[in-house]
Amino acid sequence: MSGSNRVVVIGAGPAGVEAAITLSKYGIRPLLLDEAESVGGQIFRQPPKAMSDRRVASELYGFDGSKAVKVHAAVEEALGVGVEYKSLATVWSADQESIHYIQNGKSECVLWSDLIIATGAMDRIVPLHGWTAPGVYSLGAAQIALKAQSVLVGDSIVFFGTGPLLYYVAYQYLRAGAKVKAVLDVSKRVGARMLLSFTSGGSDILRGIYYVSYLKAHGVKVASSISPKEILVDDQGNAAGLKFLLSGGEECSISSKAVAFGYGLKPETQISDLLDLSFTFDELFRYWVPQSDGECRSSNERVFLAGDGAGVRGAVLAALTGRRAAYVLLAKLGIQPPVAEVRQVSAEIARAQGFRLALERAFPFPAALAQTVPDDVLVCRCEGVTAGQIRQAVDVSGEAEINRIKAFTRVGMGRCQGRLCMSTAAEICAAHNKMDVRAVGRPRGQAPVKPIPLAQLGRQL
Amino acid sequence: MSQFSRSNAKGREPIEFLLDGERVEACLGDTVLTAVLLHRRRLRPFEFSDAFRSGFCLMGACQDCWVHVTEGERVRACTTLVVDGMRVRTKAGKNSA
Repeated sequence: MSGSNRVVVIGAGPAGVEAAITLSKYGIRPLLLDEAESVGGQIFRQPPKAMSDRRVASELYGFDGSKAVKVHAAVEEALGVGVEYKSLATVWSADQESIHYIQNGKSECVLWSDLIIATGAMDRIVPLHGWTAPGVYSLGAAQIALKAQSVLVGDSIVFFGTGPLLYYVAYQYLRAGAKVKAVLDVSKRVGARMLLSFTSGGSDILRGIYYVSYLKAHGVKVASSISPKEILVDDQGNAAGLKFLLSGGEECSISSKAVAFGYGLKPETQISDLLDLSFTFDELFRYWVPQSDGECRSSNERVFLAGDGAGVRGAVLAALTGRRAAYVLLAKLGIQPPVAEVRQVSAEIARAQGFRLALERAFPFPAALAQTVPDDVLVCRCEGVTAGQIRQAVDVSGEAEINRIKAFTRVGMGRCQGRLCMSTAAEICAAHNKMDVRAVGRPRGQAPVKPIPLAQLGRQL
Repeated sequence: MSQFSRSNAKGREPIEFLLDGERVEACLGDTVLTAVLLHRRRLRPFEFSDAFRSGFCLMGACQDCWVHVTEGERVRACTTLVVDGMRVRTKAGKNSA
């Protein structure tokens, strides 16, 4: 590698920002590539700069307001000094020498020496009837609409799924004036679980209890152990509500103009995949993550992993692992950060991790729901592939290896590159063939990991 | 009827854009997706059936909100800001209301 090759950080959420700033403090000037217009990632996402509405942080980020302001301020400070920040830069390909990204409609290429991947996470979905209808959004989408655009995805709305975000976004919608018709959790025992929930413990424990109390006090129906049956649509095909079963088996329908759902988050691992990093199956979350040595080192000695992109642990741990990834990289470059600081970040990670895992165990991924998606439900919303077509491909081919099934059916081959469908498709294949989901293999991606204009691709090749 | 509604438009600068040829209002800082869904419930027709789509993840991951703008180029509506005078084509015409 020539001396001119750059240290690159991909993603400017809590992990990427912390990593880049830490590097800059020790004299390394990283290139920070961010798909968004401004730093913060999805959790601390900022409204477009063109929006003249400058709302106070507490309104946008609730209890995390001061944290969000800190992240934004720290980066403002570092930008132009110790970090080269490129916004609206979508990474679409990476190999052992170069990273390709689109910025201002032009494809650019940077040669990298060392890389910190901090690509974050997105909503985890299990398809059901009606989920592709206009008016149906992920929980993350509902929240982004409110915090980045000051709009509601519908003025009346049903929220369902599981995870801390379910209650938080419902609370935010209620506060913003929406008619929140119901908050429905597939997981069990809301009350007890809330004692453990929401970010890193301590005073944060009170948040979960607060959200649920607030929702209930305002007459919102809150139920746990529910089973979603279908998203109702009107005669135009637009979202009209949710049909579900209560824990006792009683069928209910609630009408609304929008429905938002999700089952926790899943890491964005496409860049790790392109770089041929080793992956490992996370038993608790039932997804594949790039293998880490516990200190942010991947299977490639020049690649480091930070934040939710290496396994979902939330914003607090994202920032901490961002800092640790930077420390580990600095040490590799022969720059030794103060031992006390390194020890402290490791101790903080250990503390936060225990708490976070308790939280994740309280909101498990509903694998059974994924395995039993009805035959006529679209699993792949890009290519229009149904659960039945996936099962049929397993039957006809006698294979259940997920990449073979992808080739047969086109599931996961559309524009989103399988981000929404492949974890469900894998569960369907495994269950249909009566095997462990690990045995169907890991879905493999290819460049471009995000769609780019063909003209740019032509120029590149 | 619109899918989205504004929770707060205080101090926002109004602009206009062309939605399938019709002049409609938006605010500076709206994404194309926001701007369209404040007027309609549907963003675009789905390629493989007679169904419609209106985006899903709003974070540039699901790629379900690509529409055509001014000079025929395609943009991801959830990560592209609408600008004054922009021509947005959903190819959905009058059926998309």
